[in-house]
Amino acid sequence: MKLYCLSNDPNKPCHILTFREITLMLDCGLSMQSVLNFLPLSYVYSNRLHNLPVWMPNDGGDTDVEGELRENGDRIFIDSLPEFCPPLDKLIDFAQVDVILISNYLCMMALPFITEGTGFQGKVYATEPTLQIGRLLLEELVTHIEQCPKANFASQWKNIVHKLPYPLNESFKPKSWRQIYNMANVNESLSRIQMVGYNEKIDIYGALQVLPTSSGYNLGSSNWIITSDHEKVVYLSGSSTLTTHPRPMDHHALKNADVLIMTDLTQTPISNPDSMLGLLCVVVSLTLRGGGNALIPCYPSGVIYDLFECLSIKMQDLGVQNCPMFFISPVADMSLAYSNILAEWLSSAKQNRVYVPDEPFPHALLLKNSKLKHFKHIYSEGFSTDFQEPCVVFCGHPSLRFGDVVQFIELWGNNPRNCIVFTEPDFDYIEALAPFQPIQMKVAHCAIDTSLNFTQANKLIKDLKPTTLVVPECYTQPPVSAPTLTELVIENNSDRTLIPYKWGEVINLPLKRKQGQIIMETEVAQKINPIEVKTGISLSALSGALTIKDNVHNMTSFDAGGENKLQKGTHYEWGLVNVTEFLQKLAQEGIIDAKVEPSGNGVMIHLQDEDALIQIEDSCTHVLCNSDELRLRLRNILMQCLKQF
Amino acid sequence: MPEIKITPLGAGQDVGRSCILLSMGGKNIMLDCGMHMGYNDERRFPDFSFISSEGPITSYIDCVIISHFHLDHCGALPYMSEMVGYTGPIYMTHPTKAIAPILLEDMRKVSVEKKGDSNFFTSQMIKDCMKKVVAVTLHQSVMVDNELEIKAYYAGHVLGAAMFWIRVGSQSVVYTGDYNMTPDRHLGAAWIDKCRPDLLITESTYATTIRDSKRCRERDFLKKVHECIDRGGKVLIPVFALGRAQELCILLETYWERMNLRVPVYFALGLTEKANNYYKMFITWTNQKIRKTFVQRNMFDFKHIKPFDRQYIDNPGPMVVFATPGMLHAGLSLTIFKKWAPNENNMAIMPGFCVQGTVGHKILNGAKKIEFENRQVVEVKMSVEYMSFSAHADAKGIMQLIQYCEPQNVLLVHGEAAKMEFLKNKIKQEFNIECYNPANGETCVINTAVKIPVDVSLSLLKAEAKKFNALPPDPKRRRTLHGVLVMKDSSVCLMDVDEACKEAGINRHVIRFTSTVHLHDPGSSLSTAHKLHSLMIEKLPEWSFTFTDGSISVETVLVKVEGEDDDQKSVFVSWTNQDEELGSYILNLLNSMGH
Repeated sequence: MKLYCLSNDPNKPCHILTFREITLMLDCGLSMQSVLNFLPLSYVYSNRLHNLPVWMPNDGGDTDVEGELRENGDRIFIDSLPEFCPPLDKLIDFAQVDVILISNYLCMMALPFITEGTGFQGKVYATEPTLQIGRLLLEELVTHIEQCPKANFASQWKNIVHKLPYPLNESFKPKSWRQIYNMANVNESLSRIQMVGYNEKIDIYGALQVLPTSSGYNLGSSNWIITSDHEKVVYLSGSSTLTTHPRPMDHHALKNADVLIMTDLTQTPISNPDSMLGLLCVVVSLTLRGGGNALIPCYPSGVIYDLFECLSIKMQDLGVQNCPMFFISPVADMSLAYSNILAEWLSSAKQNRVYVPDEPFPHALLLKNSKLKHFKHIYSEGFSTDFQEPCVVFCGHPSLRFGDVVQFIELWGNNPRNCIVFTEPDFDYIEALAPFQPIQMKVAHCAIDTSLNFTQANKLIKDLKPTTLVVPECYTQPPVSAPTLTELVIENNSDRTLIPYKWGEVINLPLKRKQGQIIMETEVAQKINPIEVKTGISLSALSGALTIKDNVHNMTSFDAGGENKLQKGTHYEWGLVNVTEFLQKLAQEGIIDAKVEPSGNGVMIHLQDEDALIQIEDSCTHVLCNSDELRLRLRNILMQCLKQF
Repeated sequence: MPEIKITPLGAGQDVGRSCILLSMGGKNIMLDCGMHMGYNDERRFPDFSFISSEGPITSYIDCVIISHFHLDHCGALPYMSEMVGYTGPIYMTHPTKAIAPILLEDMRKVSVEKKGDSNFFTSQMIKDCMKKVVAVTLHQSVMVDNELEIKAYYAGHVLGAAMFWIRVGSQSVVYTGDYNMTPDRHLGAAWIDKCRPDLLITESTYATTIRDSKRCRERDFLKKVHECIDRGGKVLIPVFALGRAQELCILLETYWERMNLRVPVYFALGLTEKANNYYKMFITWTNQKIRKTFVQRNMFDFKHIKPFDRQYIDNPGPMVVFATPGMLHAGLSLTIFKKWAPNENNMAIMPGFCVQGTVGHKILNGAKKIEFENRQVVEVKMSVEYMSFSAHADAKGIMQLIQYCEPQNVLLVHGEAAKMEFLKNKIKQEFNIECYNPANGETCVINTAVKIPVDVSLSLLKAEAKKFNALPPDPKRRRTLHGVLVMKDSSVCLMDVDEACKEAGINRHVIRFTSTVHLHDPGSSLSTAHKLHSLMIEKLPEWSFTFTDGSISVETVLVKVEGEDDDQKSVFVSWTNQDEELGSYILNLLNSMGH
């Protein structure tokens, strides 16, 4: 069994697991850190962005890059459509992948890169919410980028990366970066997904069984249990033990795995999501009270559902309930509608509301009361009429490089009464804001990441008791941001083997299959004749016809046909031949000319008259005899001297 | 042979109060727990005294499974759990869990408040009963206990209807509940994979019907409604609040829109709005088309269909009213019927099956006068139309389902005895499998083949595979496995003989025989060996020989020729005791050559 690591971002994982000749891809996350190096895309002409000074390397050479790079403050940005870093395609040919398992909608953004134009012919499994909301995320991303056509395509800078200032000079594999896929690719790719339910057993070519269980992280998020007859591998991706809107995490099924692969832990190991949520509500409400607007960059699904709920309550408390909330995304309507029809995937508190029947999320009520309004874009019909300040705006993209958020920063950035509140943990907020500096609006950082922190992860591992634990190498060292916090690691423990892995590596996992399974038919089972060879141990020789279909082994009895007449005997001899006893029995049979000589590890008995030799050792007896009649007599006597099963 | 026992307490050669007891592998499962709408006495509930003549039945039943929310499938549930006594788990899908209590409460009100029925379950009992319900999602594998596993499949029919696959050990059963193999305006078609159960228990409501195309029936329905309102008549459509009602509403809504009709369409107040809300929230259970378009326009927000008020009954002029319940046995639909029946301009459209004893059943059979319990007599002059919109599988659909899941046996329930006979013969003929249709209280025993999963050492399998793959491919070649079953402590594993001896800590003893045959054959010993090889292949075509360095081997038999450039050749034949048959056969073969 081997594990390949194709992604350098543990929060946007992508692995290959090979087991029993099946090639499984575990998640296909798309790292988007690369986009921070690009200039924001604005669909209104931005004087400021357009007039940023062009940057050239000091040595004056490399005129090819002229116009590709622009400078703002101490940062340089690429003036081009943003590019993304897809999973590594050098280690494995995607056409060989049999099955892709997707854990949650945040871990599937690279799917079109994997499945389209690569010869991929396998199956993709994901839960219904993962597919539906994943579709929203992919569509939003494509729409955000496609609505701002950019003529220039910068590529020369990739040749002089070493000459560029930080952080571009440290960018990860820029030559592998690619522009985003198009909507046709998205649709093609998603049409390959087969929807599955929690705890649905899925057969993979008879060799493996995979089963998703609830991971409590977001709507439809799952951990995957991969089993064969005797082995159990658990792939644990984005998981949460906190109580939010999704169905709680299912621990039980994850226990006692031979191998536990654990990834996608929290990106905010130091902060507590609950207090961040509280802080956010206060910051936003106070901003509104001071007459300012609050801008919350976000993905179109996930934590925002909890934000709508908590924020509306806090706004009520602080008397700013009349300020509207706007949710602006090309998929806002879909996101709000879907969230209210996925009751079966929600926490029981939310689920029980459906039995009333009420919408599971309170944002349905907020919509009815016009406290929350949604639009596809800021230029959508009706937005300018409904728009009123102060207000709260939720919009994408959290990288601040495309989407309506760019326009709102241009609009509100100069007013210190306004505030931008970062909630999504995927991007460093200082990096995200760099191309917009200097700005006057307040900046609040309330990153909410509900996935497992190190304390929770270590506790969970202790509880799950895996034999082997496999984690990204970075989880075995304190985070770069807090090198002194040595408790922020996955603990090593003598109860299990810890195997760290990093990008581009292929790891051999210590899982040796020793046993398989065979299905025995009644007729075969009826022939079982157990013989106790030792206390508590019985043996029974057993033969049968073997049929193998879809990797399932079946043992049936031989059908009564002539061809079986020379069939193998169905008993085996064991024990030692007592030479004295053997000689006695020979004598009883009238064979008295036996001459015994020591030979090798045993004895050689020579029957002189019959010209036969019998060589007896501890574990074997060899009869050399040309008379068939005598041979059968000897055979008979020998078998009397031995035990059988 | 292990067996599966089935006893219908209801729905055996009958429609109504579905309740089937299933026993296999030491587990007892109750499939559905319905009531019969046609009776007001104790016959309305299944006879639970069959399970235990007195006292609660918890200790006799491992779990109860409810297929969908229709009362003939869940109507007796609170009676069974709260009045007879059952505290074990009850499984149903989420929509069923949401909707069933509402229908139960609705029926309870009709029975207790209108009919004055005592000895009926209370509202609190419905609530207590629902607390025992475990909601399941489609395809989720649910372990009821360590041995009993269930899994739900989509059944169409009504919102949340499911078929259940039930497994204990290697035995499995599929129970369909009611299902529908063709998608309709709001639901998809039933689907199941090739799960090859030992037994398929299927409904057979439309065992002898092959229904004409849905479109024709819809056109027919619309035409009749339109004609009636054109002549100023009133149309009564008795329906159950959930299910067909939504489909017919979608149908009328689009027709009204297209034809620009102004005649009012009403839907009996109360349940309706709530019902439609359920459809909105469980939209993932409806068909593809509705799911795709629900964000832009929710199909269940009706523009033309307005809530009904009792005082509209006497309004002049044409109207169309959907009223509950569907079989005209009580409630608003019956009240309206009594008022409208004497006018020949009016029309009643019965869109579903009506059980015996209900007014619906009577008028469908052409009754012109209906006498009620209070001696009230109502003349039926209105036209009565039956439109089979009930989403049950027809004969073709049932056959299709059998084809999908490939059962070993089929058992028919939820249908009329005579029709069942017909279908039973057809199933036996077409699939060559046994088919049963026990009556209520009659137990049916089905023997099943066992398949025992046993651990096997991989080295044994690999050695066999290596041997097999080394041979030229031949689809007819049999594969054989020779091993030793090692039973140690509680583990059982099939191993290679040497591995088994090692595992058991005993010393295997191999007996080998060697005999020499002298042959007169000039030429090199290699050419003699070749001759022998071809001879053996000819005589033993089923066996696979290998030929290396002048030695021939098959299984443990080894044949070697010695005597270079000598006319006289010594041929050694050697074999182990296990290949005694084969070895001595080959020896004889060579001996006969020598002479």
